[in-house]
Amino acid sequence: MSTIHAHEIDNTGDVPGKRAPLVLGHTDFHQVTNTICRPNEMRKPPMAWYVMFGISMMLVMNLGFVVHYLIFTGVGVWGLNNPVMWAFDITNFVFWVGIGHAGTLISAILFLFRQKWRTGINRFAEAMTIFAVICAGLFPGIHVGRVWLAYWLFPIPNQMGMWPQFRSPLLWDVFAVSTYFTVSLLFWYVGLVPDLATMRDRAKGKVQQMAYGLFSLGWRGSNRHWHRYERAYLLLAALSTPLVLSVHSVVSFDFATSQLPGWHTTIFPPYFVAGAIFSGFAMVVTLAVPARELFGLKNLITLRHLDNMNKVILVTGCMVGYAYGMEFFIAWYSGALYEKFAFMNRAFGQYSWAYWIMVSCNVITPQLFWFKKVRTSIPLMFILSLFVNVGMWFERFVIIVTSLANDRFLPMIAISEVKGVMPQADPHWEGWHQSHGAGSNAAAAHSANGDNS
Amino acid sequence: MTTLTTQTGIATTTAAPARLYGLVAEFENPAQIVAAAEKIRDKGYRYWDCHTPFPVHGLDKAMGIQRTILPVLVFVAGAAGCTTGLGLQLFTNSFNFTIWALVWVTGYPFLISGKPALSIPAFVPVMFELTILFSALSCVGLMFLMNGLPRLHNPLFTCDRFRRASDDRFFISIEARDPRFYRSKTEADLKSCGAAAVEAVVED
Repeated sequence: MSTIHAHEIDNTGDVPGKRAPLVLGHTDFHQVTNTICRPNEMRKPPMAWYVMFGISMMLVMNLGFVVHYLIFTGVGVWGLNNPVMWAFDITNFVFWVGIGHAGTLISAILFLFRQKWRTGINRFAEAMTIFAVICAGLFPGIHVGRVWLAYWLFPIPNQMGMWPQFRSPLLWDVFAVSTYFTVSLLFWYVGLVPDLATMRDRAKGKVQQMAYGLFSLGWRGSNRHWHRYERAYLLLAALSTPLVLSVHSVVSFDFATSQLPGWHTTIFPPYFVAGAIFSGFAMVVTLAVPARELFGLKNLITLRHLDNMNKVILVTGCMVGYAYGMEFFIAWYSGALYEKFAFMNRAFGQYSWAYWIMVSCNVITPQLFWFKKVRTSIPLMFILSLFVNVGMWFERFVIIVTSLANDRFLPMIAISEVKGVMPQADPHWEGWHQSHGAGSNAAAAHSANGDNS
Repeated sequence: MTTLTTQTGIATTTAAPARLYGLVAEFENPAQIVAAAEKIRDKGYRYWDCHTPFPVHGLDKAMGIQRTILPVLVFVAGAAGCTTGLGLQLFTNSFNFTIWALVWVTGYPFLISGKPALSIPAFVPVMFELTILFSALSCVGLMFLMNGLPRLHNPLFTCDRFRRASDDRFFISIEARDPRFYRSKTEADLKSCGAAAVEAVVED
């Protein structure tokens, strides 16, 4: 194998007129193939993999337990209360859909922009997207309460002669997220077919050969095939780009089209998309750092890749910070009393702790990425990416819960104000467990797949 | 695999004589295969192909491949998706027609916030999503179908040397059914293009 290690060559600098190397320490195609295939061809994964997979699996079992408890008991176990009908479930849904966006951004938008460095991380970022969207899909599914009636979400002829109501953003969500999942899966699989063919041709055992042969669909690297393949890939990228922007826009419509102060703002679609990319890139860094260490991919996922991703985190972090500021400005500038109250209450009301966690994680922390020392330091970027993940989860929580908890449009709020009681979402332990469980669900699935970059 | 082949391409038959599938020539780098493809194209072969581990820039032109009509088909599929989206929403939410779609179904004109029955703006997101869904599914499906895939087997897979086509070597294959295919002449053609090795592949 290569004798040059990533840390010996600094490819993070930019020399005018000279391209920085994207792959380090490799002299021919065969070495690159070897490095990529090695994690899949290892007889046993590294010890750390077992530890991480074990922890993830335990949390997934916990998720299975609390989801059953929820289904058999009811959505009240989340501490949902009137008027806070959406809390953990929709927070997690929005958070996980957002995580997925980075994968599509890397695979589609960076492809259209001819960002060649994407190839080092795109496949595993796409895999992250798929698992993230699966996690996202779980929450509306269990949020409907009577999960056995979840098929009501789809326009299926039924005994009541009723159809879903297509003027509702919640139904747009069903179509947006299911399309997003399908297209992400296609994008990932199309990219994977030639790689599976490589695995098939290298496979030693009969079973591996058959399995890889089946899933590589008989790919033989024909240039007549490559021609259509490249067209199709370009088309998929061109289709996924507006799709990924539409998905989080539609998710934000769930809120923005309502009349609720704190939700009813036109900034929501771009603000949600920027936040999605922000959190997604942080998640890619969180996953890429251990993956490249454990599977010896440092020469392919180089420091330059991580540096680039940290720059994206910085930019989108600033956009998110701008959106927070602009929301406050518009609340003041609108002169709307309820709107003003909603935002003052968001920052200084009963959920101010969540608000300030969000601001410090999402606005202040990423500013450290202005410094190249921070952008190229593995431990620091890992810690900062965790902060961003936490911050973005709280952003969704803050938007949903603070706006609902002080909903002054509903008559029961007027009553509760008379009584001097402000309704709050009471985060029971089950809610927190489900949030963690979904995270480790993704992590477990990912550690099984994290090596196919 | 009833036969073994030698480096010079002379098949040594062990049992019943197997039919020749074609010849495979190996090249060591992308520049070589582009130059070779131009020569093979100019010799007028029809049933031939290049096999590379990754798409090689300029090889389409060197082989004289015509631009695929895939984008046109995908556009048609997208338009069909858009129409389906509109039709679905108009039928289910705006009118009370009864039609037969595997079962008899009737629409239900919802009256929501006094909005008109034909509230097209509210129908745009689902139309858009179905446009993308239909386009993407047909894009991938048609791409594989037009490529003649999935295919469980191909005679080329019997050639051990050919395994490197997905790793670090570049191949040209010329099929025996090509009208201009003559074993010795074709082999000489491939050699003259700078092939590192030429091998015969038989149908198994």
